[in-house]
Amino acid sequence: MIQSKEFADGYASITLGMNQTRLSSVSVALAGSGGAGVMTAGNMLLEAAAHAGYYGLMTRTSGPQIRGGEAAAMVRVSTFASDGQDDRFHVLAAVDWQNIGRFAQEIPLAPGSLVIGDPAQGEPPEHFRKQAGVRYAPVPFKQLARQVAGGWPNMVALGVLGALMALPEEALEHAMKKVNRKGGDALAASLAAMRLGSAEARKLEGGFALGAPLTGRARWLITGNEAAGLGALRGGVRFVAAYPITPATELLEWISPALARIGGTLVQAEDELASINMLLGASYGGVPSLTATSGPGLALMSEALGLGVCAEIPVVVVDVMRTGPSTGIATKTEQADLNIALYGLHGDAPHLVVAPNSVSDCLAATQWAVELAEALQAPAIVLSDQYLGQARAIVDRPEGGTSERARLVAPANAPGYRRYAITGSGVSPMAIPGTAGTTYTADGLEHDERGTPSSQMGDHLAQMEKRQRKLAGLDCGERWASTEGEGDIAVVTWGSCTEPVREAFQRARADGVKARLVSLRLLSPAQPERLRRALEGVKRVLVVEQSFSGQFQRYLRAEYELPGEVQSLRRPGPLPIRPDEIHRKLLEWSAA
Amino acid sequence: MKRARKHAPKSGKAYADFMAQAYAMEIDASERYAEFADQMEVHNNLEVAELFRKLSGIEGLHAKRILKEMGWPQMPEPVYALQWASAEPPETAPVTELHYLMQPYHALEIALRNERRAEKFLGGIARSRTAPAEVAKLAAQMAAEEREHIRLIRDWMTRVPKPDPDWSRDPDPPFLSD
Amino acid sequence: MNAPAPALVAPDFKSDYKPVWCPGCGDFSVLAAITRALAMLALRPENVAIVSGIGCSSRVPAYTTCYGFHGVHGRALAAGTGLKVARPDLTVLVAGGDGDGYSIGGNHFLHACRRNVDLTYIVMDNHVYGMTKGQPSPTTEPHWSSKLSPGGTGLREFHPLVIALASGANFIARGFSGDPNGAAKLIAEAIRHPGFSFVEILSPCVIFRPDQRSWKDAVRPAPVAPTDEAARAARRLMTDDGFNLGVLYSGRRKPYQPLTGKATQRLSDLEEEFAL
Repeated sequence: MIQSKEFADGYASITLGMNQTRLSSVSVALAGSGGAGVMTAGNMLLEAAAHAGYYGLMTRTSGPQIRGGEAAAMVRVSTFASDGQDDRFHVLAAVDWQNIGRFAQEIPLAPGSLVIGDPAQGEPPEHFRKQAGVRYAPVPFKQLARQVAGGWPNMVALGVLGALMALPEEALEHAMKKVNRKGGDALAASLAAMRLGSAEARKLEGGFALGAPLTGRARWLITGNEAAGLGALRGGVRFVAAYPITPATELLEWISPALARIGGTLVQAEDELASINMLLGASYGGVPSLTATSGPGLALMSEALGLGVCAEIPVVVVDVMRTGPSTGIATKTEQADLNIALYGLHGDAPHLVVAPNSVSDCLAATQWAVELAEALQAPAIVLSDQYLGQARAIVDRPEGGTSERARLVAPANAPGYRRYAITGSGVSPMAIPGTAGTTYTADGLEHDERGTPSSQMGDHLAQMEKRQRKLAGLDCGERWASTEGEGDIAVVTWGSCTEPVREAFQRARADGVKARLVSLRLLSPAQPERLRRALEGVKRVLVVEQSFSGQFQRYLRAEYELPGEVQSLRRPGPLPIRPDEIHRKLLEWSAA
Repeated sequence: MKRARKHAPKSGKAYADFMAQAYAMEIDASERYAEFADQMEVHNNLEVAELFRKLSGIEGLHAKRILKEMGWPQMPEPVYALQWASAEPPETAPVTELHYLMQPYHALEIALRNERRAEKFLGGIARSRTAPAEVAKLAAQMAAEEREHIRLIRDWMTRVPKPDPDWSRDPDPPFLSD
Repeated sequence: MNAPAPALVAPDFKSDYKPVWCPGCGDFSVLAAITRALAMLALRPENVAIVSGIGCSSRVPAYTTCYGFHGVHGRALAAGTGLKVARPDLTVLVAGGDGDGYSIGGNHFLHACRRNVDLTYIVMDNHVYGMTKGQPSPTTEPHWSSKLSPGGTGLREFHPLVIALASGANFIARGFSGDPNGAAKLIAEAIRHPGFSFVEILSPCVIFRPDQRSWKDAVRPAPVAPTDEAARAARRLMTDDGFNLGVLYSGRRKPYQPLTGKATQRLSDLEEEFAL
């Protein structure tokens, strides 16, 4: 639970500049290029924070080069659980300034922020130097590193950042040992270099010391992609067909050995068309199946997803959304695959669309999607995004829970078995190959109850109603959305915009402004009655999304009735939406 | 159409093998005619479907008769396990001979070709020097029956109209279904 | 105590659906050959799955009493691969035509041969796109005239058996619908042979290629015995005129082994790796 006063303190400390107040959240960025190892250092910082009992996350940005390009590791450490981005970075440290202009916009600074650079690399770029209230402190990373045999500048920088945040040195050492498994001389050198950095930091004026962490809660360190993979396995997935695409590849790479160890299988496919069709084959054979892709891959899969709808075969596709359209910006996030996920299948093809709204929720949402797909014998698309998928976050240990729902399977020799029999719920028992007496042919052609291809109106209507009824009759319970707060202003959002909204709410509360959050997790089938109840008494609705055209708002207008005045706060990728923008909007609106 | 047959001694393996082959020939012909009937029905050519159904029934009776004579409840071995000089048994029409617009006359032409081939096959065994006497005798009897069938079919053909030259004309274009 | 199930015969594998293929179509015989092969192997319909794409030949699954999967155009090999890898206990047949298999399905054909999953691919080749009314297919002769390509495509036809060999198929055979027993034997042997078995069956389309009625006079048993040497098979197949019947290559590649098998850990063991 976020403590509003801590938030306010933290926020205040950034705008008011350096002071000795303990902060509830500190964000740092470490930049460098070509072998500087900033990712490794950033990871160690995150691990150290985790070990010390904090929450936080790391995101990354880089140039297009496969190796050696400019890069920055962005780490946020907080005393409360959050996987959103803060508005500003307290510290930007750079081992070198190569091409850093490429991601200057992703590292916003504020009065009181500290920029640290190696004087041997020249002055920081103008963009960073010229900002009001931003201080510059030189630290000779390279020179210090040379003082240790086998020392590296990024380790010095790690020490500097750790000390500035007042992370216990023991935590840094633990992290370095964990990441540097080989140990020996290399580890010793790194530790020495790190300590030099710490010592150097203590010479600097002030710092950004973190407050005491919350204790006693079991936590995990995990990325959204890994969490989704684990959610799939928890939901019962035991077959995956994989075709790599940024930013989904890590999910597939994590799940491949994981599957092998628990008795499942992964096949690398020749393209996305192959992978989705492999899933259909495996699922037809009775094995829950899943793949992960991004926008371009999902577009290729649409025909076969329609086959899954018509033949009533469950499959799950995790779309880790990236900036579109077309090839777009592969390494950046956006929320603009909503249209294709909801409406991208030809014909009327009802199916499930689920969206996690935090790094941790990638697990529960994916697991839920698998369960729903299996129970309703329908395809499900999980809309994750690059931000959630690739952010590495310290989160509360997700709750356990096994699958409550399972595929309805036909018993052997069921008399008069009809695969697509019309039932009250719309779900008809599915015969699994190997079962005697219930052989049938699954078909993308429209069919009658037996599965015989049919061009009759009666059959088409009956089957359409059956497939629709399956979903319409779903009692999704409270998981359809995350709902919090109270008041007559509501923010309706989804996915990775949710955490920034939550943080904005905390700040607004400190200003005496109350608001409700509704973050939709089940996008299809739509739940208009539930949203109506959640928004009862609301007079103003702010729709927040990361889409240029406002896909989410259009979806809301199509499927729901929003009360009162509706405004849109939206922007496409590549930059994340930050709490401050939402906070200011809330203040402005409540004053009006 | 069927004549009472003199009882041949039901002895020996060669005899049984020959009867099995004869059975296979009849039953395969019967099944093929039945498939033809199905195809004609699906394509709304009911007159020819009925004709093929009849032919299927007739061959089926021939097959049943062999089982009865041999006292077999059913064929000991799968029919298609047997070898023939040609790809398929002699009395079985190749699938490619059909046309969706075919006339009864065409169906009888097919039957005629089948019977001629069957007669040739059985006649070959009858005249064979290596076949045991009782087999050769039986083959000769069966060949004679086939010649009778040929006469009957030819007679049947005089009673059905000869097809017009444009019997296969279809003004409609083909229809797309998938 | 149940008596052992009676041995199944070919008609037990044929469903009561009447095929909608045109009278004269070779696919009727291929269907017969498939049912005979399954009976010969003493398989049970519930343990056999037939996966197909789109086209006349792809209608086969529902005409059998086996489990069937009638998928979308060109992706049958992918679906069949997924099914077999997830359910190695099943006998998986993939069936389709030359259009479905060599054109839109071409990429999956290459990779299925290469992957060498233990399944059997039966292509009913009639050198034309039948279902869409008579366009040239990849195996159509260069000078065959059609509405879409008057005067012929001018393109050299695809040689699927050569491609299959080059891509790694473990068993390559050619049959003819006019000899359903012969085709049945090839299919049975293909099913028995481990790895990816490819059986091309020439199956005339009497509506759009009435000239193919002469195929029965053009085909012949292959003049040489099957080989397990890829190079030798390559020389034969490169000079093959498309009418040699029989097993043309019978290789020894090990079938595809997925990364996994039995579980060695539990889910909770995996989750521990994330715990701090």
